[in-house]
Amino acid sequence: MADFDAIVVGSGCAGPAAAIELARAGKSVLVIERGTFAGAKNVSGGRLYTHALKALLPDVAGSAPLERRIVRERVSMLSTDSATTLDVTDEAMRDGRHESWSVLRARFDPWLAEQAEAAGAEYITGIAVEALLKDGDRVTGVRAGEDDITAEVVVLCDGVNSLLAQQAVGAARPRPDQVAVGVKQVVALPESVISDRAMCADGDGMAWLFVGDATHGSIGGGFLYTNRDTISVGIVATVSDVMESDTPIHRMLEDFTHHPSVAPILRGGQVVEHSGHLVAEGGYDAMPPLVGDGVLLAGESALMCVNAGYTVRGMDLALAAGQQAGRSAALALAAGDTSAAGLAGYRAALEDSFVLRDLRTLRRFPHFMESTPRVFAGYPDLARDVMRSLFLVDGTPMRRPAKEIGRIVRRTGYLNVAKDIVKGVRAL
Amino acid sequence: MTTPPPATVGVETYLALNRYTVDEEHAHIVLAEHPDRSQLEQLARVCPAGLYKVDDAGNATFDYAGCLECGTCRIVAGGGAVASWRFPAPTMGVEYRFG
Ligand SMILES: Cc1cc2nc3c(=O)[nH]c(=O)nc-3n(C[C@H](O)[C@H](O)[C@H](O)COP(=O)(O)OP(=O)(O)OC[C@H]3O[C@@H](n4cnc5c(N)ncnc54)[C@H](O)[C@@H]3O)c2cc1C
Ligand code: SF4
Repeated sequence: MADFDAIVVGSGCAGPAAAIELARAGKSVLVIERGTFAGAKNVSGGRLYTHALKALLPDVAGSAPLERRIVRERVSMLSTDSATTLDVTDEAMRDGRHESWSVLRARFDPWLAEQAEAAGAEYITGIAVEALLKDGDRVTGVRAGEDDITAEVVVLCDGVNSLLAQQAVGAARPRPDQVAVGVKQVVALPESVISDRAMCADGDGMAWLFVGDATHGSIGGGFLYTNRDTISVGIVATVSDVMESDTPIHRMLEDFTHHPSVAPILRGGQVVEHSGHLVAEGGYDAMPPLVGDGVLLAGESALMCVNAGYTVRGMDLALAAGQQAGRSAALALAAGDTSAAGLAGYRAALEDSFVLRDLRTLRRFPHFMESTPRVFAGYPDLARDVMRSLFLVDGTPMRRPAKEIGRIVRRTGYLNVAKDIVKGVRAL
Repeated sequence: MTTPPPATVGVETYLALNRYTVDEEHAHIVLAEHPDRSQLEQLARVCPAGLYKVDDAGNATFDYAGCLECGTCRIVAGGGAVASWRFPAPTMGVEYRFG
């Protein structure tokens, strides 16, 4: 007899979701989290699209400790000295079906872990799982600290920097072009000041994304999310690109927060935390096998994360994948077969859900970003120069705007611009 | 107008704001004995805490105390300049208050 029906490794987003479903099905489940509390090691941008949280916890999702409901979207193309910005407000963003909220993980994750405990999961925190126990190819439990703990099935929810995925399913360590590095600061400001600067009511907030100079031309972007009384600001850039960049990533962040278009919203704020984390961005084709004998992978341990340039989405995918992993594991336990074949329903269910559908839809996007450096270095300057031709007036006789814009676009080449647009549309 | 105002605060100042329990006894990240210089330079660029430093003579310094446990150096140089990468011992390392 194994010690537990199931062991879940990691209590970020996917782990508690898996544990909740297993506990609901009446299975004994142990969650092991290396942080002294769930969330202690976790970082996101972050904005949570709440649909998956509501599907998991319909009764209590409304009481989750989230920061502000996002009702203003901004996307900027940043050059060294300008920002060309699209600013969107839309009452549809308040609609419960597609609403999103800013979130701080050290507050959200403990709450989510509490929901798993309330459902009946047992918890150990402050200890990492060092290795999986195996009997031949079959995972039979975990080694944590001095203890060997066995289970009929192990759900790996240990995130993008998984030290266990290789042992579980032979997953290779991600390549530098399949992951991005994120660096972020949390800046404290009074609640009303944040509302004013974001042009929102208290409780409402803004998501602001940047391409271009945020990463000094590297593939990636900047982000800024308003929380209740802090602002999250950071950048995410593909590791293989930063490796060859002339600017270290922490310096990119420093330059970004001091950019003339970004600094005013942060003015007078106190930096209260500096964090770093990886983000999976290889897309559908970088994912390892999702099941092995006695083991399932959910969330970013399987590199499930959508990076569409203008947005990073991993939390709603992890919540939904974790929930499905818990369900599939419970069904396999009930059927008495937790081999890879017995767990195969998991992959099939995910292929039908938004998780793998969205990853498949954006399958070619990582390649588009890599092969179109002009998005990151080139177009922000082009947009700036077009706007300058429209808005800077100094009394010298004007040229016809159409002619002037034509001249600016010609520098990049009409054909190049047309090709990039076609490529971008195809990739999406 | 063309150059942004100089950024004056170094990353060390920001790390000082974080909450850490530093394991003075054990380094959870260990560099290779003779790390490759170009890899060290790459590590200096990718580490979000700026913990890898290479001087003009090619001498490397690395201080694991400010580590954010992101794993980026493991991706870039695991098995190379980074000889071993583990999680800090139980209850050690960074503890985010915001995340
Ligand atoms: C800078 C940045 C910005 C992002 N922005 C967004 C955003 O705006 N929206 C969005 O949806 N997503 C965003 N993401 C992605 C999102 O954070 C992740 O996709 C999501 O957290 C993945 O959830 P997970 O449960 O798979 O892994 P995680 O949340 O990383 O959880 C893994 C857990 O496992 C624990 N763990 C790891 N190894 C072990 C071990 N051996 N033993 C025990 N415990 C272990 C960790 O401590 C952690 O608690 C962002 C990520 C970053 C880094
Ligand atoms: S794990 Fe991250 S923060 Fe720590 S040394 Fe490596 S790159 Fe730097």
